Amino acid sequence: MIVRRSPIPAHPVLAGAGAAGTAAGGPARLWLRVHGRLLAAGWRRGARYRAAALGGLVANATFGFLKASILVAAVRAGGGQLGGYDAASITAYTWLSQALLGSVNLFGRNDLADRMRDGSIAVDLLRPVDVQTASTAQEVGRALFALLPRGVPLVGLGVLVGGLRLPADVLVLATGAVSVGAAIVPSHLVVYLVAATGFWTVETRGVQLLYMVLAGFLAGLFVPVTLFPAWLLGLARATPFPSMLQTPIDVLSGRVTGVAGAAAVGAQLGWIAVALVAGQLMTRAGRRRLEVQGG
Amino acid sequence: MADAVDGASGRRARLVAAARPYRVLVGARVSAQRSYRTSFALDLAGSLLVGLVELAEVWVLYRAGHGIGGLDLAAVLLVFGLADVAFSTADLVAGHVDTLPRYLRAGTLDVFHLRPQPLLAQLVTSDISLRRLTRVAVGVAALVAGFALNDLALTPAHAALVLLALTSGTLTFAATFVAAAGVQFFLVDAAEMTNAVVYGGRYAATQPASVWSRPLVALFGFAVPMAFTAYLPALTLLGVPAPWGLPAEVGWLAPLATAWTWAAALLSWRTGVRHYQGGGG
Repeated sequence: MIVRRSPIPAHPVLAGAGAAGTAAGGPARLWLRVHGRLLAAGWRRGARYRAAALGGLVANATFGFLKASILVAAVRAGGGQLGGYDAASITAYTWLSQALLGSVNLFGRNDLADRMRDGSIAVDLLRPVDVQTASTAQEVGRALFALLPRGVPLVGLGVLVGGLRLPADVLVLATGAVSVGAAIVPSHLVVYLVAATGFWTVETRGVQLLYMVLAGFLAGLFVPVTLFPAWLLGLARATPFPSMLQTPIDVLSGRVTGVAGAAAVGAQLGWIAVALVAGQLMTRAGRRRLEVQGG
Repeated sequence: MADAVDGASGRRARLVAAARPYRVLVGARVSAQRSYRTSFALDLAGSLLVGLVELAEVWVLYRAGHGIGGLDLAAVLLVFGLADVAFSTADLVAGHVDTLPRYLRAGTLDVFHLRPQPLLAQLVTSDISLRRLTRVAVGVAALVAGFALNDLALTPAHAALVLLALTSGTLTFAATFVAAAGVQFFLVDAAEMTNAVVYGGRYAATQPASVWSRPLVALFGFAVPMAFTAYLPALTLLGVPAPWGLPAEVGWLAPLATAWTWAAALLSWRTGVRHYQGGGG
């Protein structure tokens, strides 16, 4: 079955939502309800893979110990501070980055890429929900669940063994929680863009590898981005990657507070908007280009 | 004298025969790459990028110049070069052993048992990841740079130590792949747990072991002796005394670490294979 120039109409609810949004909030409520259900479905799906979560937890914990050792030694060698971090904040950075790793998608893989490869994407395009928002809602649901078996124990491990100290200020923690949410969403939206290249080239493995390599490095997974030389830091800031990991860690650990913290969260929200628009454009263009192989 | 000659040629003939599966395999992979040239070129570029980014991580951390764990940037390049060449070569030769879960889930492992070769040998010779060659090249470049920046002369002793470290390091990393594969028979969905040892081990091998806390020393110094793959041989090359009161020549003990890791790996593999009951496929 080869599908070209698919005659799928524009999405009725979203297309009408702008105009009819003022009238009883019906379409917007419908949109929220649908995506809430998808989010819950993703959450339930994540709850099934408990063994995998345990495996991920062990791997993250090992890396946490290794990174904490080397980074604390680096701070000590630098005379107590390194790129604006002292020993306590670099420990916080290490453990929080490992805790978030199970939820923020820095690997570039998602189910949509597999569906592109075997042709099930045609079924997704026939559904009356936007492919981008629907698949992202499910992925975000799964990522939010992963915070429980992976994120929380790693933070606990960091506190017990690693010397992690979270700030006690409620406002800081609340902003941090918002920032974590605002980091998970754009990561999955950008991975959608990676999968959407499959509209043109069915196999997206190369783009996935590129994403994994660049995203991890520029997001501050290996070293905080503040350690980068100025030119590399500028390059990183021009990408959404620091908003995915560096920003939520800085906000949650209390390193960036007040106006700077609000600005950082604002930048995250800006990247969400950019990724949404880019995804919509790519889907619209790719839908016309799509070639489905197999029945 | 005739017996000695016959014995030698007989041994050589046996070696050639044993290497035959590999020759066939490499030939097949090379002709496959020739057919999918663009894809292979992109794979090579991808591996190169991975290698460069890993080098960049080390560089970003050490470029402040203060040195970490007793190593400055020049010394850590040596450690990184040794570790990366060893890991990338092991990945090239035996990295695909991690496809075992696929066979386990599909129940098609039984087919391997029908063939007259050991299961592990079949799995290792089933593929060869030529695309990792560019990553090996990055490691070699780091090693050469490390030699140059540290003003190390390529004396016979140094060359022998580098060769020994690389060989035993490659074998040690290959042993971690095999050990991880053996554990896959027990873990079904929790495959990511072995990443802690395999990829965590790779990361640990590029670090100066002197910064490790006690549990890390127990894990990556003794249980999975990653410190012997690169860090300790590098210290011996540089003539720097090792931490914990060990002599500077401790790098020559790398083969002991390899033997230990392979013993553990083969035990893990045997336990896993014995435990396998077949999926009825």
